[in-house]
Amino acid sequence: MSLIEIQEVAKTYGGIHALDGCTLSFEDGQISGLIGPNGSGKTTLFNVVTGYEQPDSGSVRFDGDEITKLSPDKVFDRGIGRTFQLTRIFPRMNVVENLHVAAQRSGGFRSELSRWSSASERARAKEVLDFVGLTRLASEMAGNLSYGQQKLLEFGCIIIARPRVILLDEPAGGINPTLLRHLASRIRALNDEGITFVVVEHDMEFVMGLCHKVCVMHQGRTLCSGRPDEVRQDPLVLEAYLGTDMRETDLSRAGVH
Amino acid sequence: MAVAEAAPELLSPAEIDRAFRDPFSPSKRTRATSWILLLAALTAFPLVFTNPAVTSIGVFTMFFLVAVVGWNIFSGYSGYISIGHAVYYGFGQYTVALLILHLGITSGVSELAIVPLAGLAGAAVAVPVGLLVLRVRRHTFIVLTIAVMFIFQLLAFNFPSITGGSSGMNVTPPSWSGNNFNLPFYYIALGTAAVGLLTSWAVRRSKFGLGLLAIRDDEDRAKGLGIKVTRAKLLALMLSAFFVGIAGGLYAIFVGQVFPQFAFTPFYDLYLAVFAFVGGLGTLSGPVFGALLLGPLQQYFEIQFGATTLYLIIYGVLFVVILLALPRGIVPSLADRYRSFLASRWRRAEERRGVGGSVTAGSMIASAPGAAPSERGGS
Repeated sequence: MSLIEIQEVAKTYGGIHALDGCTLSFEDGQISGLIGPNGSGKTTLFNVVTGYEQPDSGSVRFDGDEITKLSPDKVFDRGIGRTFQLTRIFPRMNVVENLHVAAQRSGGFRSELSRWSSASERARAKEVLDFVGLTRLASEMAGNLSYGQQKLLEFGCIIIARPRVILLDEPAGGINPTLLRHLASRIRALNDEGITFVVVEHDMEFVMGLCHKVCVMHQGRTLCSGRPDEVRQDPLVLEAYLGTDMRETDLSRAGVH
Repeated sequence: MAVAEAAPELLSPAEIDRAFRDPFSPSKRTRATSWILLLAALTAFPLVFTNPAVTSIGVFTMFFLVAVVGWNIFSGYSGYISIGHAVYYGFGQYTVALLILHLGITSGVSELAIVPLAGLAGAAVAVPVGLLVLRVRRHTFIVLTIAVMFIFQLLAFNFPSITGGSSGMNVTPPSWSGNNFNLPFYYIALGTAAVGLLTSWAVRRSKFGLGLLAIRDDEDRAKGLGIKVTRAKLLALMLSAFFVGIAGGLYAIFVGQVFPQFAFTPFYDLYLAVFAFVGGLGTLSGPVFGALLLGPLQQYFEIQFGATTLYLIIYGVLFVVILLALPRGIVPSLADRYRSFLASRWRRAEERRGVGGSVTAGSMIASAPGAAPSERGGS
């Protein structure tokens, strides 16, 4: 069944139709890819789903519930976490503190006055740090980490809260191949445990290898969607995404690994 | 859904603490000892230096200490720099003056007993002010706090039937007098500052305080991670206004007079911000250092050169010099140097043992004897 359903969502900035009646859905338990040329509305769609932007029209449903106009904190409380294209961590807090920010959601007012690092929460933070491989840097200021490490930390900040869905906005940007394989394996491991993923990414090899289903966006709408091998063959996609001349290049060579 | 695979063995809390510990920062015992020594020194101060001129500088410094520690709970942790806390300071002063006038209180002890009400008044007025000014951020926020402060000054000037207008109000001085007049004020302010510091410490280690730090670094991201940002900011502002209101209430009784231009004064706002900046914004001890170093200096300048406000230029130059030398304030800058000192000492020790490698907090722990098995996830 569809966990996230997006119906006819439109969003304009001045004269630009960032989303122009976009309709698509993401299935429960799958890793879905969202691809498309620059400016096709992928990040705007993430912003609308997570409450960072209000759509001009249309609706977003999560697990059957309307979440269209909810604020970001409420969307997060429902179980949708996201990362950003330009990584957003808390640079003047250390790695462990960064992790605990997200871990404290929805405890009510009384719990806010309690310590941020109870024994069980610290154990959970340690677990997540081991999982993303940042344990050695636990007491470092997040701002001192390398870009790739910050990406992993941002990822950890989301998974510590045990969301049902994680939206990843260009997780592979600026990441070396080794780290990228590490990230892909972490995503698969979490997906095996039942977490749904939606991944926006320009790295075709990464997307095609990771995703169960790929959605292609173009000019604020969905162009088509399907299994990676289907999408890769679709002439419409090749045309929109790469331009007809590039048919023989990257996309056709990208193999499922 | 546990993030499996990562936790094949369960670590004890102590092992986790060891993995998370920052090896280059002072231990808990060092910190606690320093605080106790400082408290002892401040307690002894007026008993050693008994000259009333000196102890009254001490009293004003303690008033500043209460207010700066309070200011830091909001502005230091959340990063919202308020240049309008004189609103709560002035509100505290007028609350005390009006209560003493209308309740006909004369004894010094019952005058001091109503000071907590000045704090509550400050916290109460922080609610509408906060709901207004917290809608904006950064520079706009700073400008708006200044504007609101001047609105309150104008109100105090223009409702003479309540506030006495420009001729101000007199506050009956406490009944005790003589050489020891200053002492009760000094110790009450010191006690309040200690309570303020405990509050600040409790906030820093609470989920609420962690949310404030997250707001300081990236408010939208904090919101996206489920932090109730408006509630957190408003609560911090109220706590902060409570202590600044108390400072105002104590000041009014000590000085015996309340005037609009001295109660709601932009200079007071600047002092609080400068003290906290110089000491170290958003740290527990920074505002304490700032107030204890610059508070007496401010008093000295005002007494020596108070006829003109030219001394403010000296003060400004001093501020610039300190910030150029220690741009993040005294405490964080010195803490950084202490860290790099410990790190380089550790590296030298490693080299002597013939072990190479980069220095991170984690690698030090990992190579320390009895280290936790923390090297699992490959990074």
